[in-house]
Amino acid sequence: MRPMTITEKILAKHANKKEVIPGELINAKVDIALGNDITAPIAIREFKRIGAKKVFNRNKVVLVPDHFTPNKDIKSAEQCKVLKEFAIEQKLTHYYEGGEVGVEHALLPEKGVVGPGDVVIGADSHTCTYGALGAFSTGVGSTDLAAVMITGELWFKVPESMKFVFKGRLNKWVSGKDLILRIIGDIGVDGALYRAMEFTGSAIDKLSMDSRLSMCNMAIEAGAKSGIIAPDAVTKAYVERRTERPYKFYASDSSAAYCSLKEYDCSKLEPQVAFPHLPENTKNVSDAGNVKLDQVVIGSCTNGRIEDLKVAAGILRGKKVHKYVRLIIIPATPLIYAEAMKKGWFEIFLKAGAVISPPTCGPCLGGHMGILAAGEKALATTNRNFIGRMGDPKSEVYLSNPAVAAASAIKGRIAHPDEV
Amino acid sequence: MKFKGNVWKYGADIDTDRIIPARYLNTSDPAELAKHCMEDADKTFAEKVRLGDIILADKNFGCGSSREHAPIAIKASGISCVIAKSFARIFYRNAFNMGLPILESSEAVDASEQGDALEVDMDSGEIINVTRNVKFTARPVPLFMQELVNAGGLLESIKKKGALR
Ligand code: SF4
Repeated sequence: MRPMTITEKILAKHANKKEVIPGELINAKVDIALGNDITAPIAIREFKRIGAKKVFNRNKVVLVPDHFTPNKDIKSAEQCKVLKEFAIEQKLTHYYEGGEVGVEHALLPEKGVVGPGDVVIGADSHTCTYGALGAFSTGVGSTDLAAVMITGELWFKVPESMKFVFKGRLNKWVSGKDLILRIIGDIGVDGALYRAMEFTGSAIDKLSMDSRLSMCNMAIEAGAKSGIIAPDAVTKAYVERRTERPYKFYASDSSAAYCSLKEYDCSKLEPQVAFPHLPENTKNVSDAGNVKLDQVVIGSCTNGRIEDLKVAAGILRGKKVHKYVRLIIIPATPLIYAEAMKKGWFEIFLKAGAVISPPTCGPCLGGHMGILAAGEKALATTNRNFIGRMGDPKSEVYLSNPAVAAASAIKGRIAHPDEV
Repeated sequence: MKFKGNVWKYGADIDTDRIIPARYLNTSDPAELAKHCMEDADKTFAEKVRLGDIILADKNFGCGSSREHAPIAIKASGISCVIAKSFARIFYRNAFNMGLPILESSEAVDASEQGDALEVDMDSGEIINVTRNVKFTARPVPLFMQELVNAGGLLESIKKKGALR
């Protein structure tokens, strides 16, 4: 049999084939299909329009109204209502709102809804996050979601795979976010278009699950179909206490074919900052210059997890946020929120002068809870800095890891964590 | 399918936030979305676009989010088709799944300017710039995608197969 990558193996298995070849069109069984308050209303409307009555499996269709939660206005409330009514009608197991809702891509891994070896599709581009668990997962549109809700299957073109090898030790303050920002800076926002990005190497082996999730989360920012890290002991420790569903570890064959190979020596990397208005405009934080800030956001499906808040708390302990900066901290899920509170980090944040938001996407997509005025600049641990992403089209968003974000909130300008 | 219209030309990496900003995503009503189409790339677009007009763009059009609101807004604004050097993957899927015609042709994009009159034949992939009297052929659409479009989109093809429950 021809050697295959982890992505090819998972897809072959779900298409009920012995092997698949990049470029081949397949129909694959989907383990989990996800929709949110922006994309699911269209999917549900299409589902009904076409005359479908029942979802293919009520345990496998997941609805998370996280983008505008708590409902920002009447229109968004109406959208969430569509999800709720559908969840009740179809008796969906995985529907989360109110005090149960968190940012979808933090929530699903945390609850063990997605696991290694799965094929996951979500009507949300950052569905690629679950590649960190060793799943094939990718973002699609609402019509695709409707199709999967009906049939439990979807067509895919088997992607070519790109290999990224990270060697050496990570420097202090460098996290998965910096590795992925560095890659995007090197290959551009369409550098991995249609392809699967596979991250490996001794530095990845040592990377925490939170850092892996934040890396795979941003594969889409290079245009990729998916990002993936082969599951290992770190994965096992993470999923074991979370999921009751059977899962399967796949690994790439050593002679599998890749369309490109890139190697990084981590000892040469420092924290990265992506300048407006594309994630590919990355610089070393020490080359950022004097960028004065009006707002700092620590949260989102990229960096709103426990490890992220821990780093922020460590830096903010006993410090004050700059007088003219709004620091908004958004724990990504209720569990993370509770954990951060229990650890005493809320007190650190509040004393520093931060605002703590309930779990929501909120300002990440310019929804609510921290919108920018014309001319304002924000540094965020989120994943996109497109024009107008966080508010007025004349505002600016810079992207970084939580350590840089916390330090910058104190300094009032983009700063290296060593400066505070 | 044949289209005739004037060119709206844009640069590289036009993301979905510029096609339809998230602040308008609290609705999925096509007419409502069309009012804000391309707003953050071009304030005049929604007001001046005419039925049948064609968007031309450099590489990676539609990058960013999976929001189908982007192709919906473009379609509802009256645009007949989008021609780009390349499309972001999810936008490409969405466009076919919901029936917004799209073509890839670097040559046609490079040779045409804002306001030029174009004629497009979706079946043959032929693009004629009437203003400049030049002709191009777009990259052929994969057969599978053509079948999807002919069936009337992904869901219609599922319905035809009798897979509803
Ligand atoms: S946190 Fe931001 S990127 Fe993540 S799902 Fe929400 S809006 Fe999308």
